[in-house]
Amino acid sequence: MIGWKIFYLLVFPGLLFTGVLGLIVGWVDRKLSARLQFRVGPPFFQNFNDFFKLLGKETIIVKDGIKSVFVAAPLAAFGFLVLISTMIGLALFFHEGFGGDLFVIMYLLMIFSVLVILGGSSTGNVYSSVGSGREIKLLLADELAFILICLIPIIKSGYQIQLRSILEVQSVQGPFIGSVSGAIAFIIGILCIQAKMALPPFHIPDAETEIVGGPFMEYSGPLLGFWQLNHYMMFVIFPFLLILLFLGGFNLHGIGIIWAVLKYLLIIVIMILIKNTNPRIRIDTALNFFWRYAAPLSFIGIILAVFGV
Amino acid sequence: MGWYNKRLAKSLWVFHVSGSPCNNCDIEILDLITPAFDVERFGLKLVGSVRHADVILLTGMLNQKIAPRIQRIYRQAPKPIFVVGVGTCVSSGCVFKDSYNISHDRDIIPIDLYIPGCPPKPEAMIAGVAKLIGVLNG
Repeated sequence: MIGWKIFYLLVFPGLLFTGVLGLIVGWVDRKLSARLQFRVGPPFFQNFNDFFKLLGKETIIVKDGIKSVFVAAPLAAFGFLVLISTMIGLALFFHEGFGGDLFVIMYLLMIFSVLVILGGSSTGNVYSSVGSGREIKLLLADELAFILICLIPIIKSGYQIQLRSILEVQSVQGPFIGSVSGAIAFIIGILCIQAKMALPPFHIPDAETEIVGGPFMEYSGPLLGFWQLNHYMMFVIFPFLLILLFLGGFNLHGIGIIWAVLKYLLIIVIMILIKNTNPRIRIDTALNFFWRYAAPLSFIGIILAVFGV
Repeated sequence: MGWYNKRLAKSLWVFHVSGSPCNNCDIEILDLITPAFDVERFGLKLVGSVRHADVILLTGMLNQKIAPRIQRIYRQAPKPIFVVGVGTCVSSGCVFKDSYNISHDRDIIPIDLYIPGCPPKPEAMIAGVAKLIGVLNG
């Protein structure tokens, strides 16, 4: 049914749902951060206003840059995020999918970081290049730990590499976070998300006070709006992925809806609290943290998962 | 354009340019994002790059060395852009108006709104920005 596939991609788990929910959750992030700093914070429709305002501004194409990559990077990143959110949403809400879709999602998430690097380095600006270089190092830092924690649910579900099968095993056995290895993987997963979304304390690539926005410095108008939208869409994609892998997915019947919202808000609030209580760390500290502590810990989690703990 | 102007009025992103100031106005501008005055209520946000900006906050006495650079920053900004002159220096010259090195070119960049004061109080700056929002809302 080609009509339903277009509906999935453009409306429900895909573009419209993820975009609108992402902008709303972005407001939750800004409002909660403001309340934590004893400020009032922005009004509810702030992120929508920001996005529509940026759509109407002038786009300046840099003279010394590579124009095609400069324009294509944010749009391609947006397309990949819509694809990822559709795949995760289909597995989460409709229990559909294909063999190995978890690996495809891991690859597509890596492509998003690569597009940030390409977009930043295509401008010919010094600060953007520095930001792109830092993005490469951060990708090298968090990718190993992220792949290792994605392997733990695969092992615990009896070597199933389909998101749907992982959910089915969890609905029988209970969520994986109840076990030791699942809990370790969940905690490291939240830290990896923090690094992949470039949120504090890992906002090393786009450090506003230091390299004025990093890869996004030269972007203006609609292209900057799409980078903002991509950022807020990841507030939906990564928590949904963690819920799918470790918290047993959503049960959208009766009281289950409240549980679904609570699971989502739990992850969002943990992320915002980490964001507001930690200053930016240096790139070598980030590499040190992920390679010396997070990756070996998730490897221990894999060994525990193999023994069924 | 009315609909778009209302969106623009609700999310003015501010880029702060110091044109050789005594740094007094700059410190007062930073007061605006503290908990006491919090201009994020109106959707205002300080951004680091002029490419993201809708409003340029200009402080200080423009001298002959900084004037071409200010002009270049203005040309790099995406349109529509508004320029707000903060402090008495931008509007009338204050005590520096007879100095030997100030730029006598009055048309360096078009300034839309003056907020006088040496330095202006944060309340005065919020009142000025509210006037800009009011003009945009029609």
